[in-house]
Amino acid sequence: MNRHELTLQNLTRRFGSVAAVDQVSLTILPGQFVGVIGRSGAGKSTLLRLINRLIDPSEGQVSFGERTITSLRGKALREWRRDCAMIFQQFNLVERLDVLTNVLVGRLADHSFVNSMAMRFSDAERTMAIEALDRLDMAPKALQRAGTLSGGQQQRVAIARALVQNPRIMLADEPIASLDPGNATRVMEALKSINREDGLTVLVNLHTLDTARAYCDRVIAMRDGRVMFDGTAPQLTDEVVRDIYGSEGLEEFNEAVTSTSIRHREKVPA
Amino acid sequence: MTITAEFTTNPPVSGPSAIAAFERDYAEKRRSARISWAVGTILFFAAFCLTAWLGDFFKVTQVTMPDGSREWRWIIPAGLPRLGEYIVQTFPDLHWETLGADLANWFWRWQTWLRLLIETILIAFMATTFGVIGGFTLAFPASRNLAPNRWILWITRRYLEIARTVPELVWALIFVFCFSVGPMAGVMAIGLHATGALGKLYSEAIENIDMRPLEGVKAAGGNWFDQIRYGAVPQVLPNVISYTLLRFEINVRSSSIIGYVGAGGLGQEIRTAMSFQEYTDLSALFIIIFVTVVIIDYGSEKLRHRVIGLGDRE
Repeated sequence: MNRHELTLQNLTRRFGSVAAVDQVSLTILPGQFVGVIGRSGAGKSTLLRLINRLIDPSEGQVSFGERTITSLRGKALREWRRDCAMIFQQFNLVERLDVLTNVLVGRLADHSFVNSMAMRFSDAERTMAIEALDRLDMAPKALQRAGTLSGGQQQRVAIARALVQNPRIMLADEPIASLDPGNATRVMEALKSINREDGLTVLVNLHTLDTARAYCDRVIAMRDGRVMFDGTAPQLTDEVVRDIYGSEGLEEFNEAVTSTSIRHREKVPA
Repeated sequence: MTITAEFTTNPPVSGPSAIAAFERDYAEKRRSARISWAVGTILFFAAFCLTAWLGDFFKVTQVTMPDGSREWRWIIPAGLPRLGEYIVQTFPDLHWETLGADLANWFWRWQTWLRLLIETILIAFMATTFGVIGGFTLAFPASRNLAPNRWILWITRRYLEIARTVPELVWALIFVFCFSVGPMAGVMAIGLHATGALGKLYSEAIENIDMRPLEGVKAAGGNWFDQIRYGAVPQVLPNVISYTLLRFEINVRSSSIIGYVGAGGLGQEIRTAMSFQEYTDLSALFIIIFVTVVIIDYGSEKLRHRVIGLGDRE
């Protein structure tokens, strides 16, 4: 078995009687850029949170190479979260701390209690953080409070935080849903370049089809917690899309409406 | 009583009938809001009158009239003049020609009082420090959104409740019994009470924080302490500083009376003056405490506003 291969086996998570994720089995190879699409409530977010173990599954198993992720506890679990970086729709930065400290939060998994409480970081760590910020053109903002940045800038700081974790996998939960088209493109380009240059596996939730088509090697579509489609972007035909999004609500599969990319938009028929 | 239960079930999505359904539901909601308001007002008024009656506010008492006869009078107009009599007794005898000597006579124990005033402020300072240490440590496990489990939540909350429900004077009596008369008992009494009060205020600030930064720290591999240190503390820090300064003001007031039961500070002088009926001493002590509290309130308010102002300047 490949050392860096992510495997999901019959993964299920129920909230009350609703199965948010229902019997999902997937294998994700190292270096893939995978897009997860589906309408709101399809279980995309829950799927990512299950992989990072922000929530625990009701049934099934996640494994990474030889490691069984779903049975990790304590320090081993925190080390997995470090290896499996996550970025969020709302960025989840600490707005009252400066950008540099926010990025250094990515190093906490390896810190002792005293160093962590004293907010003490080594020069090597600070160097790492500044290099990560520089890679995302955010080095000039390093000493500013994170709350003073725009959404797109905050998301880039969040990516820098993910980078200093030295992760194997990067999970992104709707990373561009709160951003304007310009910033959305910058964030997607950043993820793509990390995928290409560092060989990191990227698993990204998207709600716009055109973004998925433009960036992803592989597209997984979910509906009602189940995987409805798993293939390459060109295989994602109109019929498949109709299947994923259902027939009600014409707007949902009019790509021009949900698109966040910069291009000419057709007038939407009423 | 759920108001929504009476709303139109499955109202039409659009059209005139949807608006008619809204009108109906809105009228119903207004009606039930008016009923709740009326019931609430009546209950409040009844409770108020009952309390006043229990507190003897309606009592009629016998008073001696200027001509020596005894008459029945309502207690409030009968008692108010006596307040004036008491206050007049505390006025010192001041004359313009001998002002210096009169003032020196009024504040005749100024050396003792100054020493006790310093002691009073130091008691408040040390008690606030203990209160902050205890309150800040316990506020996180006592917050619903951060408690590691419900047992720890329950225990810390009950501890903070007991610490703040028992009045400082009662704690002081207990600690005077344990550690004898002196400022140490006062520090412990006020410190314990402040722990409970500050812990409660801090934990309410903590329960209002945005949890997303904590999730970000958790997703990066941070443990419970990391989440609190990096996600929660920066968010609550301005509130914590503000509540702490406010508590220091309150503690100065408390420590100036706590000597009444022997726990150090100016309070013991108030007790002596009262028992020896040294009315002018009482007014002198009152002025000393009043001036001190005003100065400390003013300084800490300035400081608090700066702290909050910094937080808003984002």
